[in-house]
Amino acid sequence: MAVLNQSSVTPKTNLIDARGPRFSAAITTLVLATALVTESATLIAIQLAVFAIGAFAGPAKTPYAFVFKKFVKPRLKGEVVTEDARPPQFAQSVGLIFAVVALAGSLLSIPALFTVAVSFALFAAFLNAAFNFCLGCEIYLLGLRAVKK
Amino acid sequence: MNSWTPLLVVLVLGIAFGIWYTRSRGEFRRKKTVNGPKLDASIIGVELGSRVTMVQFSSAFCSPCRATKALLEDMVTKMPDVRYAHIDAESHLELVRQLDIRSTPTTLFLNAAGVEVGRAMGTPKRSQVIAAVEAIR
Repeated sequence: MAVLNQSSVTPKTNLIDARGPRFSAAITTLVLATALVTESATLIAIQLAVFAIGAFAGPAKTPYAFVFKKFVKPRLKGEVVTEDARPPQFAQSVGLIFAVVALAGSLLSIPALFTVAVSFALFAAFLNAAFNFCLGCEIYLLGLRAVKK
Repeated sequence: MNSWTPLLVVLVLGIAFGIWYTRSRGEFRRKKTVNGPKLDASIIGVELGSRVTMVQFSSAFCSPCRATKALLEDMVTKMPDVRYAHIDAESHLELVRQLDIRSTPTTLFLNAAGVEVGRAMGTPKRSQVIAAVEAIR
């Protein structure tokens, strides 16, 4: 497919390098997978903090995005494809909700809750990293349809 | 206690879903019976094309919506009998429910009468759009 630029985008849109969130999703996948296998509340607490930064300050402000900018991006070649920051920010917010539920499961000694919540977050992060899955595309409208009259 | 089972389950389901997701995005799916509501300019905001109208539904948290819009807007400039309409799903929820739009971007292909012939979810390839438009007579 042809490379599409952002000529039609309003200046207000906050554009970020589209490869950043994908790299962050790969790190998130590793962290969540390790947390799932080792049942580590500490790792979930760390990932929760990262999700919270991504959800509130933006996906380009997380430590993973910092690693991307500092060490990965300078080594990448090819054209920079940008994207709106809102879709990955939405995905970070959903991740934050699952991380909170997982941590609650751990603190309340409900291992099943921990496992299920981490599994869902891992599922989404893995799909994002491996298949460029767009979570906001698939669930936001369904959510609106369910909630709004 | 260490357990690999949940991780394996998530990865297997994730790979299966991911392959289906990648293959199905952009694919034009024809409706078996063309019996949907008749759309017109008062609903979609632009006059119907003389042969085909492509109506794209987008939302805020959707990266491929932008790419899809740019592609379809570019393509209709070379197809005089095809027109393109862009609708923000969030501010047209009633229409979204009526047409059963579940994800974004979803592009409806309307015939000359303004009735949906089929739709594509996700960003279609240029060739997929051409094939879909060619199939509507």
